[in-house]
Amino acid sequence: MDLYAIIFYLFAVITLGSATIVVFSKNVVYSAFALLFALFGVAGLYVLLMADFLAITQLLVYVGGILVLVLFGVMLTTKVFDVQMKTKTIQMVPAVAILGLLSGTIVGVFWSTDWYISENPIDVAKTAPQIGNMLLTTYLLPFEIASVVLLVALIGAAMIARRERKG
Amino acid sequence: MELLQHIGLEQNLLTIVLVSALPLVFILLYALVTLYLEMKVSAHIQDRLAYMRTGWHGVLQPFADILKLLQKEDTVPAAADRFLFKLAPFVVFAGTYAGFAAIPFSSAYIGSNINLGVFFIIAASSLVVIGILMGGWASNNKWSIFGAIRSAAQMVSYEIPTALAILIAVMITGSLNLQEVTQYQSGGIQNWVVFGGSLPLTQKLLILPFTLLTFFILFIASIAEVNRTPFDLPEAESELVQGFNTEYSGMRFAMFYLAEYANMFLVSAVAVSLFLGGWSSPFGEALSGPLWDLFWFVAKGMFLVFVQIWIRWTLPRLRVDQLMYTSWKVLTPFLFLCVFAVGLILVL
Repeated sequence: MDLYAIIFYLFAVITLGSATIVVFSKNVVYSAFALLFALFGVAGLYVLLMADFLAITQLLVYVGGILVLVLFGVMLTTKVFDVQMKTKTIQMVPAVAILGLLSGTIVGVFWSTDWYISENPIDVAKTAPQIGNMLLTTYLLPFEIASVVLLVALIGAAMIARRERKG
Repeated sequence: MELLQHIGLEQNLLTIVLVSALPLVFILLYALVTLYLEMKVSAHIQDRLAYMRTGWHGVLQPFADILKLLQKEDTVPAAADRFLFKLAPFVVFAGTYAGFAAIPFSSAYIGSNINLGVFFIIAASSLVVIGILMGGWASNNKWSIFGAIRSAAQMVSYEIPTALAILIAVMITGSLNLQEVTQYQSGGIQNWVVFGGSLPLTQKLLILPFTLLTFFILFIASIAEVNRTPFDLPEAESELVQGFNTEYSGMRFAMFYLAEYANMFLVSAVAVSLFLGGWSSPFGEALSGPLWDLFWFVAKGMFLVFVQIWIRWTLPRLRVDQLMYTSWKVLTPFLFLCVFAVGLILVL
């Protein structure tokens, strides 16, 4: 087993192990913090796939943004107000049905896809400029739509959060 | 494997470990110096003398402090969450240390010469926020959790001006790799991005006010990122005892402290690399070479660390609303103006 394989399995174990904690932990704060290591592990796998830009964006968006928001939500609702938030299993039958359907779809896609493996080694130095060029030429419209959606969400959040004016 | 070859390393685990440990050696030495510097500078600003008894002018005091911290009992509050409480200092330090990987200390040394260096540093610093939240929550103490929440809100808010200011330097130099950004600025003080970079003279004169403004805003936002006065609300001792690290003692407290000091140098190093020419000599070709580069880099970094200490002991603390006002309504709009102006001038 070479170094690449060792690192791959290390990140895979980190990701899957923390993901298991996220799902099965009884304490919702543990779930949130375990998510950190799961997201970190996925970023590591991206690095191994030579997707450096994707890996760093994963860290920046998910760890720096979304996870912090999740933690804010969780921390403001548990312990501070003497409410112990716990996770437990409810609705067994629909859960198993949806899980079966979802995992069936994912496994189906996994087997039926003809995975393309690049012949040439990827030039890591070019990933970011290439993504930048693509976003501002070929994929300009989806990019702009995504930013407008985010802007709308931002304005909406500010609307909800602002103080009501009296009278 | 290509990745390792890409960053210029042999497939030798020992080399990798040694090279990646070099910044740690630097951080430990730097922390000793800064510990002493902080106490001495603050004392002289306040017309005191600080340490005078341990060695000549108290130079041995940092060692005494570290010995004390090593001996102290590592207490964990009874009601705390033991596991997360113990883990938090390491998460904070890991986040800070990860950032050092992309810092070019000299033309001959950069931990990882990745193409997205400064982008990576911004991403890695988000780990610090998580670690602080972890420590604050796990302490199970109102002061700690409020300190942690304040710290997270502050760091997330000030990431916006920091990222915008970095963007401006990246627009001028055309690279996210701090090594390349530094090379772009080599050739003397007039080529530093803070003075308009190596653009033609007319463009340089037009761009100069905006780059100067950007540099100052970046520095202000950096101080907020490392939670130091006037932005030290997370550990405002008059309100929150010591904020998120109230319950910590001994070496775990020292880890938080070390991470804060390391972070001070990290943000200074980013500002130096982007705006002040990085390791390049201010006198062009004179006094350059790998060791001189290291000297210039550390000297510039230490100067900004000194300014941070100076500001800390000179200015009073902001209120929470003033803090948010500064970030969202002052720094960010000015930076949007700078991004627009710099973009326009670069197109000309």
